[in-house]
Amino acid sequence: MKFIEARKLIHEYIRRDEEGNVESILTALDEVDLDVKQGEFVAILGHNGSGKSTLAKHLNVLLRPGGGTLWVDGKDAEDADNLWAIRQNAGMVFQNPDNQIIASVVEEDVAFGPENIGVPTDEIWKRVEKSLKSVGMIQYREHSPNKLSGGQKQRVAIAGVMAMEPKCIILDEPTAMLDPNGRREVLEAVERLNKEKGVTIILITHYMEEVICADRVYVMDNGKVVMQGTPRGIFSQVDTLKDYRLDVPQITLLAYELRKEGLQIPEGILTRQELVEAICRLY
Amino acid sequence: MSIILDKVNYVYSEKTAYQIQALKDISLKIEDGEFIGVIGHTGSGKSTLIQHLNGLMRATSGGIYYQGQDIYDQDFSRHKLRGKVGLVFQYPEHQLFETTIFADVCFGPKNQGFCKKDAELKAFTALRSVGLPEDYWYRSPFELSGGQKRRVAIAGVLAMEPEVLILDEPTAGLDPKGRDEILDQVAKLHQERQLTVILVSHSMEDVAKYVERLIVMNQGSVLFDGTPKEVFSHYQKLESVGLAAPQVTYLMHDLRKHGMQVQGTATTLEEAKHSILQAFAEKGKPIC
Repeated sequence: MKFIEARKLIHEYIRRDEEGNVESILTALDEVDLDVKQGEFVAILGHNGSGKSTLAKHLNVLLRPGGGTLWVDGKDAEDADNLWAIRQNAGMVFQNPDNQIIASVVEEDVAFGPENIGVPTDEIWKRVEKSLKSVGMIQYREHSPNKLSGGQKQRVAIAGVMAMEPKCIILDEPTAMLDPNGRREVLEAVERLNKEKGVTIILITHYMEEVICADRVYVMDNGKVVMQGTPRGIFSQVDTLKDYRLDVPQITLLAYELRKEGLQIPEGILTRQELVEAICRLY
Repeated sequence: MSIILDKVNYVYSEKTAYQIQALKDISLKIEDGEFIGVIGHTGSGKSTLIQHLNGLMRATSGGIYYQGQDIYDQDFSRHKLRGKVGLVFQYPEHQLFETTIFADVCFGPKNQGFCKKDAELKAFTALRSVGLPEDYWYRSPFELSGGQKRRVAIAGVLAMEPEVLILDEPTAGLDPKGRDEILDQVAKLHQERQLTVILVSHSMEDVAKYVERLIVMNQGSVLFDGTPKEVFSHYQKLESVGLAAPQVTYLMHDLRKHGMQVQGTATTLEEAKHSILQAFAEKGKPIC
């Protein structure tokens, strides 16, 4: 079942001068087609300013389409009556954990979302417990969020979204401000939600390594979708990715370089394990 | 002899219930012209450490000497020190505020007391050295991309002509190309001007590629201090403190376990590639 269907989605940032005349138009989304199935893990790559975040903000209708059509969870995003229904089912996690936490106790922060949508109190507490467990933060439920590490804060933010029981979570560079440990914690939590709870995941990131476990990858450039496919398919096109100011995981790059030197290593190596096996077979 | 730290301690919220010792007996010597990487997990004391180097934070105990002078001495001008030890904070683009890029970069030297002409000259040189095209200079800094804004912020510090440049995670949030561009520029500045550079980073691959000396912070102490090769050979210990070695180092260790004669110490892609090809050559196996 399709969860997101975008057809020729357009969004323009229009700058006006003091009299209201149009000064410049920046086309951030240029006829974007996007399809995400229920339960899929989709990653979006693209350089700074390529339109990734603008796209993400459309998916839970923080921004309204300027042209084209967008359906989220079977509802038309252009219809203002659908706004709240869509936002409840497509939760968003942003880059900076400090901007997303508002309460002084972890469990109260997680309870904020469901409370806001009028969930009965008993049910709220059940949800808080369930979502904190699902991100591995239950032992911190009575802690103060400002004493947590970046990775822990980000997992609390994810729990806060989970407590609204959305069908889909959109994460906009959730690990950009974290150390390697924090990044791993957050990614593991995200993968678990996808595998165990069947939550649809849309992950926007600059870290190529984080994309390996996605079902599908979209690459954006200048507001357009320029590549899509499996991580293996995408990362076997090293030169094309570099043209889009992107990169491949270090292991994939090493495999690519060794191939160039004449070693017969298959294309699209993603993990260390695969490369070790490929090299040992030749040795 | 550039900077010496002698048993530096720093305690946050001293004598309260929230007392935390962020630096414990840190003794370090930073020579002129070094390119140093500082790694450590969040809360390990990295940022606290670098803010001591230009006197923004004052050690609870211990001494810091810049070019042989005690920076806590009454006669020592910490104001001048801040011009000599330039600090680029995390997300420095949040500190851009002027109407044009050029005016923003002039702010530092003007504040140091230089006249308009001198300040502009310094801004000119600084913007040149970060490689920002001239037709951008009189635009608003807010029209730039993330990577460009960061260059402007770095230029703002370079305009003060520091002897030491400290960068706190200069590539966080940038796309891969932007990351490489910023770090290549910093490496170039280091080479051309013998600038001492201290790079705080969360990317093991980046520090392995660029720095000559790597300092690992853990719980307020220096855990390791050596070349990236030496430090990353302790990869198991690094993992136990929430860090890791570059991906290729793990690969090389795996290959050795499979009986392949490659260097376990390789930390960069180039080294790994070279070592693997050499192993094939030594075995006399044609690679094609």
